[in-house]
Amino acid sequence: MTRPATPKIAVRGLEKSFGAKRVLDGLDIDCAEGESLVIIGGSGTGKSVLVKCILGLLRPEAGSIRIDGVETIGMRRNDRAALMHKFGMLFQGAALFDSLRVWENVAFGLVQGRGMERATAREIALAKLAAVGLGAEVGELRPAELSGGMQKRVALARAIAAEPEIIFFDEPTTGLDPIMADVINDLIVTLVRQLGATAISITHDMVSARKIADRIAMLHRGKIIWQGRTAEIDSSNNAFVDQFVHGRAEGPIQMEVRAL
Amino acid sequence: MFAFLASVGAAFFGFLAATGRLAQFALLGLAALFSPPFYPRLILRQVVYIGYYSLPVVGLTAIFTGMVLALQSYTGFSRFNAESAVATVVVLSVTRELGPVIAGLMVAGRVGAAMAAEIGTMRVTDQIDALTTLSTDPFRYLVLPRLLAGLLTLPALVLVADIIGVFGGYIVGTYKLGFNPANYLTQTETYLETNDVVSGLVKAAVFGFIVALMGCYHGYHSRGGAEGVGQATTYAVVSASILILLSNYMLTAAFFGK
Repeated sequence: MTRPATPKIAVRGLEKSFGAKRVLDGLDIDCAEGESLVIIGGSGTGKSVLVKCILGLLRPEAGSIRIDGVETIGMRRNDRAALMHKFGMLFQGAALFDSLRVWENVAFGLVQGRGMERATAREIALAKLAAVGLGAEVGELRPAELSGGMQKRVALARAIAAEPEIIFFDEPTTGLDPIMADVINDLIVTLVRQLGATAISITHDMVSARKIADRIAMLHRGKIIWQGRTAEIDSSNNAFVDQFVHGRAEGPIQMEVRAL
Repeated sequence: MFAFLASVGAAFFGFLAATGRLAQFALLGLAALFSPPFYPRLILRQVVYIGYYSLPVVGLTAIFTGMVLALQSYTGFSRFNAESAVATVVVLSVTRELGPVIAGLMVAGRVGAAMAAEIGTMRVTDQIDALTTLSTDPFRYLVLPRLLAGLLTLPALVLVADIIGVFGGYIVGTYKLGFNPANYLTQTETYLETNDVVSGLVKAAVFGFIVALMGCYHGYHSRGGAEGVGQATTYAVVSASILILLSNYMLTAAFFGK
């Protein structure tokens, strides 16, 4: 398959600091249209910061983020609002709106973001809930009445409700038991393929990464230190990647552990 | 010595920066009041929450304030045979000062804290970021309805508090202090001017805006989980209370100062 000349997402020289701590330090990464890219890395290495920069939730100090070849950093408010229609996002903690019913959560972007009639949006929301294996009766519940796995499914339904071109998954399996994690992974693979969307996932769950990724990139100290096809990760010849993939305490990655 | 000066300087610049951020937030809010979308359902919900559900607490506070005011002014004025001024003092104090200030402070405690807690929880659980990813401006969706509802609802609440407060004074004046009911009402009405009520209602609108602004601002900028939300709630109530008292003086000076 030939890759299109313009990547769907192109990040160059991205820098982002919080106070004295530099989280992203000249990061470069591309993601092709229709590709599922998984970014792995330890906790606190800036995976979520990278996604939030691409989404425009955080403003980087330097660098370039191009979506479909269009620079998004410093974009005008109206252009940014139009760009947001391309995105869907599944948050780590689901981030469902407590005050709304489940179907209203799923339909939220359609009603508020796109001005769709509530009745039409409700039909779509129930169809999306069905796509993630949840019945119409669940749609009438409040998020607090759902288990963690069901909340993740609802968040997934919400992320795909408007059929976005690019979907971000932030730690989609964190806090779930292995079976539910596999259910979520299967749903992500199926739904992303059905939509033909470009997907960027961030995780430190290697089972999840292997299942949903076409390509894996590893983030360490604010830079991408390795990237390759999913099948290549076990023969990366990169000591950082090997240590992470095998979950070893010994290796070049030293976790910052403060003495008690 | 230098360390002391440095810490004073840092605190001063920190204060300036915080004031600037708050002013920017307030200006954004004011600018947003003049351009759509307005989310009428959310505004109505906030009007009901701020106005209707605050009625019991504001009403109770107002009636006891009016009662105490009648009692205190009677015992004070009786020392120089000016008991007949009790009704006038009650109505002027309630409409000009106590109605708006007490209602403002009660709403700051009840509503400002709840706004900070709700928006703060949404911030620390990524719900505000989720709004953005769903093509919804969180400022317009969360902050604007609360600012607008605070601005519009508190005057109505204060009007009710004024009536209840004057009624409290009437109850004590006629049943406990022995005033003739008709005379008491005549005294109440004779010296009350439109400006007394209007100034109180303008104050109420400003206080409503302050309460909503501080609740939204501290909630919107809360950080660090449950502890951060708790801090935001405290800051919202304390800062709203202080700003209410400060702006009350400034508004009083503007309306009645020489």
